[in-house]
Amino acid sequence: MRYLPLTDSDRSAMLDVIGAPNVDALFSDVPEIARLDGPIRDLPMHASEMAVEKHMRGLSKKNLAAADAAFFLGAGAYRHHVPASVDTIIQRGEFLTAYTPYQPEIAQGTLQMLFEFQSQVARLYGCVVANASMYDGSTACWEAVAMAGRVTKRSKAVLSGALHPHYTEVVKTMAKFTGDTIAAAQPSIQADPDNAGLISRIDADTSCVVVQYPDILGRLPDLEEIAAAAHAVGALLIAVNTEPVALGAIKSPGELGADIVVGEGQALGVGLQFGGPYLGLFAVRDKKHVRQMPGRLCGETVDADGRRGFVLTLSTREQHIRREKATSNICTNSGLCALAFTVHMTLLGEKGLRQLAAENHRLACIAAEKLAAVPGVTVLNHSFFNEFTILVDGDARQIVRDLAEDNILAGVSLARLYPDVEEFTRGLLVAVTETTSEEDIETLCAALKEKLS
Amino acid sequence: MNAPNKSGWKPTAPAGSEGKFGGPPTTTGNKALMLEEKLIFEIGTPDTTGVDLPEVDDSAPNKLGGMRRDAEIGLPGLSEPETVRHYTRLSRQNYGIDLGFFPLGSCTMKHNPRLNEKVARMPGFADVHPLQPVDTVQGALGVINELAHWLITLTGMHGVAMSPKAGAHGELCGILCIRAALEARGDARKVVLVPESAHGTNPATAAFAGYAVEDIPANSDGRVDLEALKARLGPDVAAVMITNPNTCGLFEPDLREISDAVHAAGGFVYCDGANFNAIVGRVRPGDLGVDAMHINLHKTFSTPHGGGGPGSGPVVLSEALSPFGPLPFTARTDDGVIHLVEEETASEFGHTKAFGRMTAFHGQMGMYTRALTYMLSHGADGLKQVSEDAVLNANYILRSMEDVLHAPYAHSGPCMHEALFGDKGFAEGLSTIDLAKGLIDEGYHPMTMYFPLVVHGAMLVEPTETESKATIDQFITAFRSVAERAKAGDELLKTAPHYAPRSRLDETLAARKPVLAYVDPE
Repeated sequence: MRYLPLTDSDRSAMLDVIGAPNVDALFSDVPEIARLDGPIRDLPMHASEMAVEKHMRGLSKKNLAAADAAFFLGAGAYRHHVPASVDTIIQRGEFLTAYTPYQPEIAQGTLQMLFEFQSQVARLYGCVVANASMYDGSTACWEAVAMAGRVTKRSKAVLSGALHPHYTEVVKTMAKFTGDTIAAAQPSIQADPDNAGLISRIDADTSCVVVQYPDILGRLPDLEEIAAAAHAVGALLIAVNTEPVALGAIKSPGELGADIVVGEGQALGVGLQFGGPYLGLFAVRDKKHVRQMPGRLCGETVDADGRRGFVLTLSTREQHIRREKATSNICTNSGLCALAFTVHMTLLGEKGLRQLAAENHRLACIAAEKLAAVPGVTVLNHSFFNEFTILVDGDARQIVRDLAEDNILAGVSLARLYPDVEEFTRGLLVAVTETTSEEDIETLCAALKEKLS
Repeated sequence: MNAPNKSGWKPTAPAGSEGKFGGPPTTTGNKALMLEEKLIFEIGTPDTTGVDLPEVDDSAPNKLGGMRRDAEIGLPGLSEPETVRHYTRLSRQNYGIDLGFFPLGSCTMKHNPRLNEKVARMPGFADVHPLQPVDTVQGALGVINELAHWLITLTGMHGVAMSPKAGAHGELCGILCIRAALEARGDARKVVLVPESAHGTNPATAAFAGYAVEDIPANSDGRVDLEALKARLGPDVAAVMITNPNTCGLFEPDLREISDAVHAAGGFVYCDGANFNAIVGRVRPGDLGVDAMHINLHKTFSTPHGGGGPGSGPVVLSEALSPFGPLPFTARTDDGVIHLVEEETASEFGHTKAFGRMTAFHGQMGMYTRALTYMLSHGADGLKQVSEDAVLNANYILRSMEDVLHAPYAHSGPCMHEALFGDKGFAEGLSTIDLAKGLIDEGYHPMTMYFPLVVHGAMLVEPTETESKATIDQFITAFRSVAERAKAGDELLKTAPHYAPRSRLDETLAARKPVLAYVDPE
């Protein structure tokens, strides 16, 4: 087998050293009932590299790749152009095949990269400290709710109705087991976010208010107003962002008063990958909350010769040290996805990120205008960045399925995200990025026109 | 020496750049291929960029609802050549499996085949959105289904929750399945039993799921004390979390008996599958009465560790627990179509008891393609060979070291995939960490240190099956030599490593005065 270096003569020489008659003797602790008499049945035998590649290519061809379609899907996962050098870097064996940097003297590459990543994320979010990443945005959101409970010693989280429903679901799932109370509202289809409704649900028991920005319908809520209401009763504001590129065009959640900012970093460097692995981002605005953060943190220090170096630090919060008193359920992070993010972000820089955001917004404005002109289509949003909601005269879910047959991936129907909400059947989320051409927009408008006439 | 050039640029030699062992200092602080690299914040500028995009038109109308950003973000940019060089230089300060042997216990640092990487990058896998209509992602769902079949078959279990993002996340998923199953029968139990040799994540998981955690001692053979466990079982025990092979690198021969006792007392058995590489293809945990077990695809099935993630931790479940598994999962109908069972279709497929959702979307697809590629490459026969060679390599190290290093359980018979040593007999003032740093100078990543906690100064060595005999022989020579130095009190070990890009780092300072982000100089 091509990944196994030992030869039969190696094996027998090693058995001699061990003093065992054969390999089976090394498994003598395995009880009789659990011993198998040969390779497990119902599974194929080994295969060549060529044969496996062919099999997997066959499976991959049964999927419609975004590049082969007019593509408008977002809802928490965004398709952006990733420069070629990003993948070149993350495929370097020194990054790809490295372990968690617990031996810092021979892991400065990963550690310095993480320090750069943390610094970039903190600045992007308008915060002071970011951690070395979480699994993804939804789990980061849950960990933020748990952290707010630790900080405020309260257990009621008020969730905006316009939080990504999967995020809401993850938070609710975990709360079932930890005893937190989750006050989640039904989303309402309105042109503007319902800040007043959200604020009216905040009370003296509230540990945190969770608001998505831009929200699930693409709207931009005024976080400052919500932050003030939360802070007035001693609650924290958790802002959730699922499209980091937006922050090249809109104010950062930290500067608007969010105490904890979490989000999904997939849009930069990582790619779609059918939903994972993704990259959870987690940052705090106030230094005093650092020791309550979940996940790994990389910090600056010096070595015995006085040279600057980096280490994982404050790990007494973590599972492998604290065991049952750990501050989070996360042991690892998304190291390689963080590297992809940080390389992409370095290539962009301040200038490139602002240009990228402006281009996304420009194209989204064109799309909104053209879609609004299609009979039977209404654009819901007053405000948006690169994603907005349209209402169609028909069953949006079915329309999405029908259009897919012509290689048009028209967006995410709200009914897919909210199966129980009747009024959502007409709703469709449309995302536009720099990878969307004006021709794609025309194609979508023409197809909708035909469908709805 | 440091004469300024005509632009006024001055080289600055960083502290510590003077040559070691009497060599001359360099003006740059670099030494041949040992290159120092500053932070992007020190070399990049806000108006440098490595991408080509249209200029921003600030006068264009916008729909940002008064939220337009005015403030600077403070992000440095580099051109493409500078970016590639910066990260390439950083990479050279990293140890990885591609560079050398990584005998890290409990982590299974095996070779990462490049075919896996190639497959994961096929556009039909990499460039697909999780919420596309299911008709357009039959191949992706096919991968999930095929991988699920492998995992269920290899473990002899009934179902699998695919979505957990890593090992600890998988543990949580399994414990939540157990809790949901108990609650469904109106039996709220309060306690989870965890052997003292367990991974730290086990008690953390149980506590996070709302359980009180109680330790179960080990016997002198390094295995679970069966009688102590049985004595503690009762109507308040929800589950036992056991690692098999355990963290001492030993198989728990009583697992079936433990499972029967736990089941008889109305509880469930959780198995930490971190060490599945030792038994894959040879032993099915389902035959031992396990109810839930997470599988680290980044260990047993060769997906890359990536300097700390992303991992992937699907959880195989017994028949009793399968109905409670979280959404989403896949189901194939008789017409061969693969469906994605999500919130909206759960009742259609009769999966109404799901305890909820662990994550947005469907889990670590990029890891599924890699793991499935690896499984198909090895096949059932190859995977059996994997566990045999992994166990053979570990025993070879154990028997080649036991005369120089204290091996507390060597008398218990063969070890499984990892060999455990302790620091007994080291000279005064020298400890496991010194031996570990000495191994760095020899060109190795050190073994796992100070874990498991049941052995003083523990050193856990896991060679994996992807190392040749020549590599292992060379490692044994080095390991023996450094062990002898530790016993002899070699002072140089206290200051090791001497040949790494950095000498020992001050972790106390890092924690006492945390600097966790770059701050612009005043």
